Amino acid sequence: MIVPMPIIIVVTFAAVMGVAAVSTMVERRLLGFFQDRPGPNRVGPFGMFQVVADAVKMLFKQDWVPPFADKPVFLLAPIVGFMAVLLEFGVIPITPHWSIAGDLNVGLLFVFAMMGLAVYSVVLAGWSSNNKFALLGGMRAAAQMISYEVFMGLSLLGVVMTAGSFSLHDIVLAQSRCWFVIPQFLGCIVFLIAGIAETHRLPFDLPEGENELGAGFHTEYSGMKFGMFFLAEYAGVAMISALITTLYLGGWGGPILPPFLWFAIKVVFLICFFILLRAALPRPRYDQLMSFGWKILLPVSLINIVLTGAILLWQAGA
Amino acid sequence: MIGIIRTLWLTFLHLFHKNDTVPYPETKPYLSPRYRGRIILSRDPNGEERCVACNLCAAACPVDCISLQKGEKDGRWYPEFFQINFSRCIFCGFCEEACPTYAIQLTPDFEMSEYVRQNLVYEKQDLLISGTGKYPDYSFYNVSGLAIPGKDKGEAEREAAPIDIHALLP
Repeated sequence: MIVPMPIIIVVTFAAVMGVAAVSTMVERRLLGFFQDRPGPNRVGPFGMFQVVADAVKMLFKQDWVPPFADKPVFLLAPIVGFMAVLLEFGVIPITPHWSIAGDLNVGLLFVFAMMGLAVYSVVLAGWSSNNKFALLGGMRAAAQMISYEVFMGLSLLGVVMTAGSFSLHDIVLAQSRCWFVIPQFLGCIVFLIAGIAETHRLPFDLPEGENELGAGFHTEYSGMKFGMFFLAEYAGVAMISALITTLYLGGWGGPILPPFLWFAIKVVFLICFFILLRAALPRPRYDQLMSFGWKILLPVSLINIVLTGAILLWQAGA
Repeated sequence: MIGIIRTLWLTFLHLFHKNDTVPYPETKPYLSPRYRGRIILSRDPNGEERCVACNLCAAACPVDCISLQKGEKDGRWYPEFFQINFSRCIFCGFCEEACPTYAIQLTPDFEMSEYVRQNLVYEKQDLLISGTGKYPDYSFYNVSGLAIPGKDKGEAEREAAPIDIHALLP
């Protein structure tokens, strides 16, 4: 079945936006359940229209730019963040035949390039706000995302070595016999942790640590510009979930059910796991975050590479 | 590390716990009879007002939300008007503690929102209830030594006949 490319693009992006919007509601509901309370359950059946209510509220808020802000950059920052996350979805193979970029042979590198761009959004937002809290949040975000991107890349090298390709399509196909989460367990854990830090979700949400920095890098943002940061964060969560699914959980692969359903089930499971992490874990101190990254995650991912390489060479009979 | 996994697991188990939340307008929470809510003025078992306009509640009130005027009828004091300004009231219950006749009582009702602030000033007819409130058998004039029409000194409950203080005999 060949679907025309414009339809694929529109449907995929619409689906990503939808997932991001719905996961704001799902997160609040789940957090409620984790804390023995119902969460938002008043708007519509089971509180399902809370998303609509929030969207309407955000759209009709005054679109305000602080007079002391650097206006062009201030406007650019949320757009950059949102675009970067959406572009990452372009290379994710959702089913064997449903992917915007198709079988891109540098898919994984493209994802990393876009993640690198996402840092700009946060830093520019913090910088252009001309607000000390926003700037502190932006600096933290820059340091955190750049250093965690290192282990993120290193942790993935094991997958790339085993699959022998940077193409996400090939990586999924390479997992047809055994999901990479088993041979690449260390790498998967490091990638998961780095992914949380990358999307600056709790417990690694230091760039927006409420009790220290107000709202961090988006302190000065309101209305739909804030909404774009918000949506980009949730789309980022969906993105990391989709990446983990693709790289470690066998992508669309699975028995009986159609490929798309398998992909969706795995992604939803991971999104719920991210929410569980938020509900359960406290935020580390900033220096703890950094030393944990450089002193634990970096050696662990290097060990993972060495072990994977050794095993691959041994299997090849060298 | 073990601690983190254990925390995750315990938090996950909370998914299957019962909610602690009471969905308020649909299910009302239980409020004990001694809950400090809306203030009322009660009547004695004969259906007369208990309030004797002694002003102790107004004196005890830390926010000065009670205002009343004494009137007199058949040797009894009663409030000519009795206002409680609920936009000031802090529901501390001091008025209830100060009241010598159990007239002023706090009830387990707190749903008294208004759109107009003036409507929060309750007059005597708003405050008076037809019953006795928390003390069903108590009637101040039946136990007090005050002489009123129909009851002379020494005729109250558990009251001895008055002593003639001018007599020499014990």
